[in-house]
Amino acid sequence: MIIGLAHYLSLAAILFTIGVAGIILNHKNIIIILMSVEVILLSVNINLVAFSTFAGDLTGQVFALLILTVAAAEAAIGLAILVAYYRNRGSIAVEDIHALKG
Amino acid sequence: MMYEIIVFLPLLGFLFAGLWGANVEPRTSEAVTTIFLGLSGLLSWGAFFGFAWSADPHALVVPVANWMTSGKLAVDWALRIDTLTAVMLVVVTTVSFLVHMYSIGYMHEDDSRPRFFAYLSLFTFAMLMLVTADNLVQMFFGWEGVGLASYLLIGFWFKKPSANAAAIKAFVVNRVGDFGFALGIFLLFRLTGSVSLESIRAAAPSLVGQTIHVFGMDADALTITCLLLFMGAMGKSAQFLLHTWLPDAMEGPTPVSALIHAATMVTAGVFMVARLSFLFDLSPTALNVVLIVGATTAFFAATVGLVQNDIKRVIAYSTCSQLGYMFVAEGVGAYGAGIFHLFTHAFFKALLFLGAGSVIHAMHHEQDMRRMGGLKDEIPFTFWMMTIGTLALTGVGIPFTSIGFAGFVSKDAIIEAAYASHRPAAAYAFICVVVAAGLTSFYSWRLAFMTFFGHRGDWAHALPHDAHDDHHGHGPAHESPRVMLIPLAALAVGAVFAGMMYKHWFIGGGFEGFWKESLFTAKDNTILEDMEHVPWLVSLLPFLMMAGGFAVAYYMYVVNRSAPATLARSNPLLYRFLLNKWYFDELYDLLFVRPAFWIGRVFWKGGDGAIIDGLGPDGVSARVLDVTRNVVRLQTGYVYHYAFAMLLGVAALATWYLFGGIR
Amino acid sequence: MWAQAFFFWIFAAMLVGSALAVILARNPVHSVLFLILAFVSASGLFVLMGAEFLAMMLIVVYVGAVAVLFLFVVMLLDVDFAQLKQGFVQYLPIGGLIALCVGAELWFVTSNWVRAPNAAAAASPSGTLANTRALGLVIYTRYVYFFEAAGLILLTAMVGAIVLTLRHKVGVKRQSIEAQVARTPATAVEIRKVASRAGI
Repeated sequence: MIIGLAHYLSLAAILFTIGVAGIILNHKNIIIILMSVEVILLSVNINLVAFSTFAGDLTGQVFALLILTVAAAEAAIGLAILVAYYRNRGSIAVEDIHALKG
Repeated sequence: MMYEIIVFLPLLGFLFAGLWGANVEPRTSEAVTTIFLGLSGLLSWGAFFGFAWSADPHALVVPVANWMTSGKLAVDWALRIDTLTAVMLVVVTTVSFLVHMYSIGYMHEDDSRPRFFAYLSLFTFAMLMLVTADNLVQMFFGWEGVGLASYLLIGFWFKKPSANAAAIKAFVVNRVGDFGFALGIFLLFRLTGSVSLESIRAAAPSLVGQTIHVFGMDADALTITCLLLFMGAMGKSAQFLLHTWLPDAMEGPTPVSALIHAATMVTAGVFMVARLSFLFDLSPTALNVVLIVGATTAFFAATVGLVQNDIKRVIAYSTCSQLGYMFVAEGVGAYGAGIFHLFTHAFFKALLFLGAGSVIHAMHHEQDMRRMGGLKDEIPFTFWMMTIGTLALTGVGIPFTSIGFAGFVSKDAIIEAAYASHRPAAAYAFICVVVAAGLTSFYSWRLAFMTFFGHRGDWAHALPHDAHDDHHGHGPAHESPRVMLIPLAALAVGAVFAGMMYKHWFIGGGFEGFWKESLFTAKDNTILEDMEHVPWLVSLLPFLMMAGGFAVAYYMYVVNRSAPATLARSNPLLYRFLLNKWYFDELYDLLFVRPAFWIGRVFWKGGDGAIIDGLGPDGVSARVLDVTRNVVRLQTGYVYHYAFAMLLGVAALATWYLFGGIR
Repeated sequence: MWAQAFFFWIFAAMLVGSALAVILARNPVHSVLFLILAFVSASGLFVLMGAEFLAMMLIVVYVGAVAVLFLFVVMLLDVDFAQLKQGFVQYLPIGGLIALCVGAELWFVTSNWVRAPNAAAAASPSGTLANTRALGLVIYTRYVYFFEAAGLILLTAMVGAIVLTLRHKVGVKRQSIEAQVARTPATAVEIRKVASRAGI
């Protein structure tokens, strides 16, 4: 059985769907939301690397590298915000975060 | 230069009293305005004598300034002096001067005398603008100016709600007429391309037979124009249908009534028709309308005057009636006779009004004749003056001669002219004015008898029952101060002699040389000739009517005093009909005022409130509020809702791309 | 070939399973641990695809840094996570629907894509070079600006994280060099005349 590009793309699609579902289902827990975002980004990375390999083009891997960077930065900032927020409010319950409400 | 001084001295007086009146003694304002008017009056007489008998047939035009020029419309501000203007100048400035003088005494208890005198002078200026107008726009300026002054003076005692209401009524009813006048001016400009009297006069003959398309039919342009212009005259001169404001205007101080609502402003319509006689004379239809309206007014106002109890209202209706006479004269083409009656009427009606003012002054501002009586011995001078005025108004004189009081000469001339005319409506007009002459005599003498004869309180039983307690308990009547009596005497001189002195010039043999070009007389217009040759009975008829009216009044109000009440009781319907002025106020209230209020309320509540506000500002703001309220609900502030929205957007966008967008 | 397929299925199954566990776990600590497992599986897949460098990066960066950061935060914050789990079932239908929708579309795309006929490889690895070397050759030449930008992003993230979380404690004595340098005798020294035997 040859493992082709379609396998990898399908896998990435499943992973992406799981990430989206995770965001919606765990809407109250912002940490899980962040983790779901990481999962989504991972699925994108798989996509890019798969294309890169099967097309014989390194650009996809360069993209994946950049996404990795951005994902790391996003996680760091997101968690920092979370910590700062928790310090101020004593809670990270998403329901309490509605200062944006008009 | 003299003419500018005549016209602008009242303006100066107005500016002085109006702007400086609060800073100086009221006495100063009174003196300045009165002296200015006196000078103006003197010069007017000079102009009159200089002009009326000069050989130059042309009008003198004194340019003042260019008012406005816009395309073809060129309006110059100029004083046009001819005999007609000179007559009006004399009437206006003389009566105005005497009224100013009289007001010093009459208004001496009032706190805002400078304002009063300022208004009086303003009125005089506007009236002079009107009569010296060289073009119709300037005339309209004066026309509106006197309307404004009239409004201000009727509402002079602005703390009285009834005075304010009367002022507004006068203004609004006049607007109806002015609307027609303005349309007439527009139409004339459309037809002749000019508003200047000179150009219109030159172009007038070419307008005969022209038609204009109006309301889906072709109408005679000249007739339409004249009728529109006459509509203005009807409003200003309080003719039938537009007369309702004049009696109410008696809410103003009595000198105002004498000046504006008897001698000058209300005659502006008569003056205008005479001024445009070259136009009216070409439209027999329009003249017929003038004739019918004038005759109807003369009769109608006289009947209402029979039963009024307010001394000023009786005279007001009398004025209305006499204005009808003037229009009758103009309607039959005897413009000279109309102006002549205007001239004499100014004297004796101002005399009557000022006399009534003197009575009111003597009675401590009591105007109801039923509370008067027996004043003959208490204020003898006023009594005699009023008697002269009454004699002049009723037309006492020696039949078949020109010897008699002013009204005798001018009014009988009108009646004869009405008889002599061949217009279709002349017979109707003749009957109306003859009957009105008898009625005039009756109500005039009724006024005199109720006021001066018998004893105080003779008529109190006729007062409404609830008014009995409200007895003013007046002290004895006192004669007015000399400053009020001198104008009476001056006017009395005019009332006695004006007719006899000027008959020859105004309507007699000196007609051509006197009026020259200022009044238009068509070639076939021989009315002035014809009226000299009416049957002797026609000449005698006014005298008989006058005598009859006097006799009936004497019988009912001196001999058998229960007769009036009996008569009123036996004809309650007629009595109430007359007492309520033919129910015109009620009719107009029903026809115009209520619908206007109704429409106003509909537009206000429905149109403005519901539609404009509802769909406009209020509606938009309400919708904005609605939308924002919903949008606010969208903005929960919960991060995960935003994440939801984002994901939904991503899903929707991807779907769109896949199945609809890129293909 | 057989081995590749075998490992692909193993890693794929691990990846999907752990990803599901991430979003379904009751305990967030478990979630983080499953996330680590998911990353490790993904790096295995990367190795299978010949992207060794990225596989190593995934292990180092994600497992070593990001996931540990998550773990820190989860354990640091005293949060009642059970309460945060509420509403899970309530949102299951809509979440499932949207996820299904997205998944279906992705499936559609996955099975329907074609390569553009004139698409040329922008940067193809020379067959003989190792993956890391080839990537390095591309990154430091062709994509150097992107690489620098990525570095700046990381720097910004670092500064931002520090700024967000750094808290100055009140009452802690610190050295202020500027204040020390700016001092003059006039502000620092006070001279008093002291009377003998009187003290200050």
